[in-house]
Amino acid sequence: MGALSIRNVYKSFGTTEVFKGINIEVEEGEFLILVGPSGCGKSTLLNMIAGLDSITSGEVYIGGRMVNDLSPKDRDIAMVFQSYALYPNMTVRQNISFGLEMRKVPKAERARIVAQVAQVLQMEQLLDRKPSQLSGGQRQRVAMGRAIARDPTLFLFDEPLSNLDAKLRVEMRTEIKLLHKRVGKTIVYVTHDQIEAMTLGDKIAVMKAGEVMQFGTPQQIYDNPANLFVAGFMGSPAMNFIPCQVVPLNDTVGVKMETGGQVHIFPVDTANEAMSGYLGKEVIVGIRPEKITHEVDFLSGAPNFHVAESVIEIAEPTGADTLLRVKINGSNVVCRVHPDHARTRGERMAFMFEMSKTVYFDPATEMRIG
Amino acid sequence: MVDLSRSQITQGASRLGRILIYAILGLACLYYLVPLFIMISTSLKTLDDIRSGNLLSLPSEVTFDPWVEAWSSACIGVRCEGMKVYFWNSFRFVVPAVLISTFIGAFNGYVLTMWRFRGSDMLFSALMIGCFIPFQVVLLPMATVLGALGIFNSIAGLIFVHVVYGVAFTTLFFRNYYISIPDELVKAAKIDGAGFLRIFWRIILPLSTPIIVVSVIWQFTQIWNDFLFGVVFSTGDRQPATVALNNLVNTSTGVIGYNVDMAAAIIAALPTLFVYIVAGKYFVRGLTAGSVKG
Repeated sequence: MGALSIRNVYKSFGTTEVFKGINIEVEEGEFLILVGPSGCGKSTLLNMIAGLDSITSGEVYIGGRMVNDLSPKDRDIAMVFQSYALYPNMTVRQNISFGLEMRKVPKAERARIVAQVAQVLQMEQLLDRKPSQLSGGQRQRVAMGRAIARDPTLFLFDEPLSNLDAKLRVEMRTEIKLLHKRVGKTIVYVTHDQIEAMTLGDKIAVMKAGEVMQFGTPQQIYDNPANLFVAGFMGSPAMNFIPCQVVPLNDTVGVKMETGGQVHIFPVDTANEAMSGYLGKEVIVGIRPEKITHEVDFLSGAPNFHVAESVIEIAEPTGADTLLRVKINGSNVVCRVHPDHARTRGERMAFMFEMSKTVYFDPATEMRIG
Repeated sequence: MVDLSRSQITQGASRLGRILIYAILGLACLYYLVPLFIMISTSLKTLDDIRSGNLLSLPSEVTFDPWVEAWSSACIGVRCEGMKVYFWNSFRFVVPAVLISTFIGAFNGYVLTMWRFRGSDMLFSALMIGCFIPFQVVLLPMATVLGALGIFNSIAGLIFVHVVYGVAFTTLFFRNYYISIPDELVKAAKIDGAGFLRIFWRIILPLSTPIIVVSVIWQFTQIWNDFLFGVVFSTGDRQPATVALNNLVNTSTGVIGYNVDMAAAIIAALPTLFVYIVAGKYFVRGLTAGSVKG
């Protein structure tokens, strides 16, 4: 049995069902991300793991122990909150040792642990300050220190970086990742930021409206999204969705795309057998911006690479890449092009489509085909 | 040029406005300070001085005899021992009543914000009605209750009455203050292993200084200045200073000792003045603290 196991968990407020059967398994030492738009229930799920919120039915196991009826303090967990939730009346030292004191850890032992934690997080000089005298990043660090000091089986992070400015957020993200490597404990981490989810997670659970839409490794979720929602939520800039008709092509099928005044038929990967069932129907083609780029000579003619010309509607330079917007089948499509090869607004340019990573969705069920 | 003259005009207008504002403020100040001045100056005059001079004149010779008399020998009813007995009476029930009602208010506020339960909002609304019940309405039922408890005409009885009456206000204060404390703080403490009472003592109460000050000032002035409960629920030498002051002024032996009356009135008002001066700046700060979320 893993470090955390959520089995068939339901929750309802009165007659409204908020969670409709959540199932998640996390192995010892893994970093699990709960990600989703606000209001999807990710923080509530975290509170349910912590015991701060009740569950209506189902079971939660932490370290192989059923914790449904245990109070938060007996679940062997530590939590880091979005607002840091440091005790304002206590110094950093007291903040870190409060939990130990509650657990009746002897005084000498407490001092030793505080010193050790302060050293790990490099905040020895902050120990005698009050939280109000600390910057946002320092408070965040103290909040993590408080969690580490307790040495729990499971760490819970509730959007810990969303109160920090952009630069600090990236720094702390790296720091959390390093910390996880060093401490080696299981972490459940809630965020609405898909970049945080991708960079930090060993496993990601993408949630929407109280349901887990997909549970898998970051790469699985990025490359093989289970449905339109996951495909659109993960990745920035977001995946392009192009409604296309499935047409016969040689002895297999292709998708019809109209752009720049021309009609192209791009073949569907033959491995995707389910697509032949959609012959003549409309599907939604999902293709990530980085898979549509400028024409690279040595790849021209290679299988799965196809070229089409189009007119640039908007050009957005980001420095590393330039995002060019074109119209395909009437929908906006963003292409990620190297700045040296990008043309400007209103000009025609040849784009190269890498079709091997393309995914297809059923417009009615919004589920991936194949 | 046009701009210049216009700015001169507005400058002149704003100066005139400023003079007007200060004049009005000055008048308002005078309006409040003159009675205090008259009280203090009269309390320092001899009776002859009062008779010969006018109300606003300064004492021709300063005497503290009226103060001594008011404190220790003025006649209140048939007893001629001054205000001192009643002054200490007031302290003996005001201090416990203030502390108890403040503590209960803090506890209520903590439960109503951090440990909500089914119907807790309704309970809070019900408590709030307590703020609007006039004193007169509860006199008779309260007398019955005090009688049944065996604490009628006692210090304990007055403490009880004022605690019951004050809890509605103190609960309101603390509840509105605690609502701005993020509940993540309580969640963190729960995970850290602290229980219901421990969270209150170690986390919430230490954060409450500003609102404790507000509650103490409010309760102290309310209870100290109360006359009705004092006159109804206590008699004789158990009465509070406010009631004694009334009786002192009404007890006349021919000549009306205005100077003694004034000294006694100031004595009766001193503790509330003292509390305001010492803790006044916290009062406004604490009262507005709950209204700004953040």
